[in-house]
Amino acid sequence: MNYHWDWGVFFKSTGVGSEIYLNWFVTGLGWTIAVALAGWIIALALGSVLGVMRTLPGKALPAIASAYVELFRNVPLLVQLFVWYFLVPDLLPTPLEMWYKQGLSPMQSQFLAVVICLGLFTAARVCEQVRTGIEALPRGQRNAALAMGFSTGQTYRHVLLPQAFRIIIPPLTSEFLNIFKNSSVASLIGLMELLAQTRQTAEFSANFFEAFTMATVIYFVLNMSLMTFMGWVEKRLRIPGMMGGSK
Amino acid sequence: MSKMIDINNVNKWYGEFQVLTDCTTSVSKGEVVVVCGPSGSGKSTLIKCVNALEPFQKGEIIVDGISVGDPKTDLPKLRSRVGMVFQHFELFPHLSITDNLAIAQMKVLGRGREEAMDKGLKLLDRVGLKAHAAKFPGQLSGGQQQRVAIARALAMDPIAMLFDEPTSALDPEMINEVLDVMTELAQEGMTMMCVTHEMGFARRVAHRVIFMDKGHIVEDCAKDEFFGNIDARSERARQFLSKILQH
Repeated sequence: MNYHWDWGVFFKSTGVGSEIYLNWFVTGLGWTIAVALAGWIIALALGSVLGVMRTLPGKALPAIASAYVELFRNVPLLVQLFVWYFLVPDLLPTPLEMWYKQGLSPMQSQFLAVVICLGLFTAARVCEQVRTGIEALPRGQRNAALAMGFSTGQTYRHVLLPQAFRIIIPPLTSEFLNIFKNSSVASLIGLMELLAQTRQTAEFSANFFEAFTMATVIYFVLNMSLMTFMGWVEKRLRIPGMMGGSK
Repeated sequence: MSKMIDINNVNKWYGEFQVLTDCTTSVSKGEVVVVCGPSGSGKSTLIKCVNALEPFQKGEIIVDGISVGDPKTDLPKLRSRVGMVFQHFELFPHLSITDNLAIAQMKVLGRGREEAMDKGLKLLDRVGLKAHAAKFPGQLSGGQQQRVAIARALAMDPIAMLFDEPTSALDPEMINEVLDVMTELAQEGMTMMCVTHEMGFARRVAHRVIFMDKGHIVEDCAKDEFFGNIDARSERARQFLSKILQH
């Protein structure tokens, strides 16, 4: 391949305002992080509730949580995004529909759709991890807590969840990274996150290779940093004398 | 003597399989009753029915005047008054020893942190483990963990203690340190129901011995009668004793 690499492209003017291409990447990265973090908050909160529901005694609550997981896990993410962005607004009660379609700027409505979509999709996956974390604990832990007079809520709050979450930090980390990577679907409804900015840069400058190399490096560094951060969290929360902790 | 635990005609099924059949016995205030029998005989199930960790379908269990099977019974409150010690200790591994001792006092009984810590440390001293207060369960030996578990149950000021094979998961050299604590407790007048194979403990400490087989209570008699008059025992109990007493 005879390609003339031009790494200086990132410092060239985009022709839009006074911005250079690097500004676009920074803005894009900002949106990527905002979408992923907001989605993650929903995913972690809802996924934890659903995961607990799946382990509760009785039939109704576990069935509801299980149906949720099957629905959100078995429909492609992109299809879900289109449904949330193009179809769901039309199904809303009129005042809400008007607010979504006219009260919000395009950027805001895109952001909202993506955050809800990623949050609910990832919640299904977090749910399964929380459930397996709880199920991995010895049955006697629940009995011991109940035997001391804890209510079911207290049993989860003080005994089961603190242990379950520690166990699932590694798979949870990989979901956390997934939501950053999955956030790139937002570009397909026009939200100018990292991938959209990359494509825009490529088209404006015709430097496709540089633009996508930059995007690759940014995603890679971002995810490596997140992984390192989660590794640090895992180490900090490690229990002495347990699960590879120091004696 | 008034009855602390009254078990009346209890039947329990797992699906089609009947695990308990017409079990009737009682434990009086201050009495120490040892429940023995081959594995699968239902003794652990029976003791778990006493604090409703296992539901039963027929019959009645009354603990200190309160019916365990009554749906209106406040189970957490009832359980908080009955201490239970498990085969696998079931200390909460993510909490320090002091927190293990204090948490239920605080969350269930509503005691202040200082009072709970004080009480916990006193009991820890009593089982000879004060030096380990700041450690985590995973840093203690099995025997030490079981002594902490006993202290944790005592911290709730129980009206009776249930022991579910408390020494079965221990190395031989650690069994005695746990039995010593139990013996001391019995001598102080604690009401105790102990599922155990430790016939030496039964001979020294128990007032009564119950022998179970295939979900039935086969023998229920005073200790001296049980061990002293072996010829009067049922065929099954004699077989069991001859195997277990050889060692």
